[in-house]
Amino acid sequence: MKQEVRICGFGGQGVILAGFIIGKAACVFSDYNSVQSQSYGPEARGGAARSEVIISDEKIGYPRPVGIDIVVAMAQEAFDTYRDDLRENAIIIVDPDLVPRNDIGIPIYRVNVQQIAEGLGNKIVTNIAMVGALIGITKILDPEAVKKAVIDSVPKKFVELNVNAFEQGLEAGLNARPE
Amino acid sequence: MTFERDPVRIRRVLGDKVQFIQGDMAVAYGGLLAGCSFFGGYPITPASEVAEGMARLLPRVKGTFIQMEDEIAGIASTIGAAWGGAKSMTATSGPGFSLMMENYGYAIMTETPCVIANVQRTGPSTGQPTLGAQGDMMQVRWGSHGDMEAIALCPSTVQECLDMTIECFNLAEKYRHPVCLMTDGEIGHLREKVVIPDEDELELFERVLATVDKDKFIPFSESQTRDSKVPDFPTFGTGYHTYVTGLTHNDKGFPATDKQPDHERLILRLTSKITDDREKLTSIEEIELDDAEVAFVSFGASARPCESAVWEARNKGMKVGMLRLKTVWPFPRAEIEKLSKKVSKIIVVEMSLGQIYHVVKEYAAKDCEIVLAPKVGGDMHLPHELMEYLEVSN
Repeated sequence: MKQEVRICGFGGQGVILAGFIIGKAACVFSDYNSVQSQSYGPEARGGAARSEVIISDEKIGYPRPVGIDIVVAMAQEAFDTYRDDLRENAIIIVDPDLVPRNDIGIPIYRVNVQQIAEGLGNKIVTNIAMVGALIGITKILDPEAVKKAVIDSVPKKFVELNVNAFEQGLEAGLNARPE
Repeated sequence: MTFERDPVRIRRVLGDKVQFIQGDMAVAYGGLLAGCSFFGGYPITPASEVAEGMARLLPRVKGTFIQMEDEIAGIASTIGAAWGGAKSMTATSGPGFSLMMENYGYAIMTETPCVIANVQRTGPSTGQPTLGAQGDMMQVRWGSHGDMEAIALCPSTVQECLDMTIECFNLAEKYRHPVCLMTDGEIGHLREKVVIPDEDELELFERVLATVDKDKFIPFSESQTRDSKVPDFPTFGTGYHTYVTGLTHNDKGFPATDKQPDHERLILRLTSKITDDREKLTSIEEIELDDAEVAFVSFGASARPCESAVWEARNKGMKVGMLRLKTVWPFPRAEIEKLSKKVSKIIVVEMSLGQIYHVVKEYAAKDCEIVLAPKVGGDMHLPHELMEYLEVSN
């Protein structure tokens, strides 16, 4: 099993944390190897940002993706910019509120993760809801392992909020169908 | 104030045994585990996280972190802290490494044990701050003026960033020499799993301190207590009045600058203390070399796509392997010579226009073909780009 995952958005949305949680869930809370890399502009907020994770049951040599199996976009600019090097049958996941122009003529998954976060009272956990959706759709990791990584990676006083976001995102992902 | 390494406190501060962290942070972890108690430096991308980690962690183990006004002061404070008795380190990237060159030479000349982590980015000058490179491999060898040896290690994984930082401290203490961890922006910012070694898995070399009578102590000569070219260390403040200078000095440490033999004797001791131990100092990894006809030689980040290319080539039935230089300086010349007598072709892969390539050529057998696979611009070679070098071979 080898999965190359790209999560992209704009700086400040937590796309790097999202990739970090998936990478950690894979190698600390599951028995896979994983690496996570990132690229972003000089801005702390704004500007396209992307986080890439490779999960594999074999040793990982080259640590950057060579073909994307799963791409998650949380901003229009990122969706437009970072859709190159997709593998055939790559899974594409977007939040249609954040990526309104998402009709590219092939079936993609649309999950309203920002609405989930808003429903929980804080848009800041949109990224964690998206991690849940990604796991629900792709089933690349055991949700329990990912939940542990979420708990391990967020500030203590926001654990409940983040776990709720993850679980609701997961539920939405499990029910999502490509259209 | 004397610092005492406290293993229980270090582990409490570092946290879980298994973590998913960046290479830069693993360097900071390695420093803490080695017993580093001083970091003096100036943040610079892509090395800033080393300083950030040390700023956060060192005070919690009762060590000292100082952000200095620039990199010159960063290494100067690191050298000063070493003479005060600390295991000390600094971290930087290309532009800062250039600024450090004068004091790097001073540390070599004064036999100051310390560690410099260089998270390489492209250059010259300020280049590409966020991207990795391997263009400082000759600078670490020859960047300071004069005759010298260098000790430099190159990690290819985040775990090695931790392990090799500990090793850098051990070598710095053992040889009383500034030791460089030559990592790069790619590995520095990569996150991978690290397993923090238990206390009983650690091998730490502690500085050999001066113990002879103070009036008989000779600070800059072969050891008076062991069979070693490395003198015992007279920590400042312990009563061993020692004059420390970058000028050519006699055994007592006082300037002796006008006679050829004085300089020759000093420099030959400073260089041979390292070259005598070349075999002990050098470390390589061999991958699939047993029956290889073509071999990659690489190090640091660029060894990662090489490894992928080796597997891909093996799947296609090609007899390809890799020799990875874990120690680049002193150069593993015997291992390269041996390899060159076994394979018909060596492809040197580095993120520069070719530096280590020339050294490989110097030591390889004449009938082995040596090819350079260079790459600049901040990206590693792609595995398929390396496959093209192999396909040309067939």
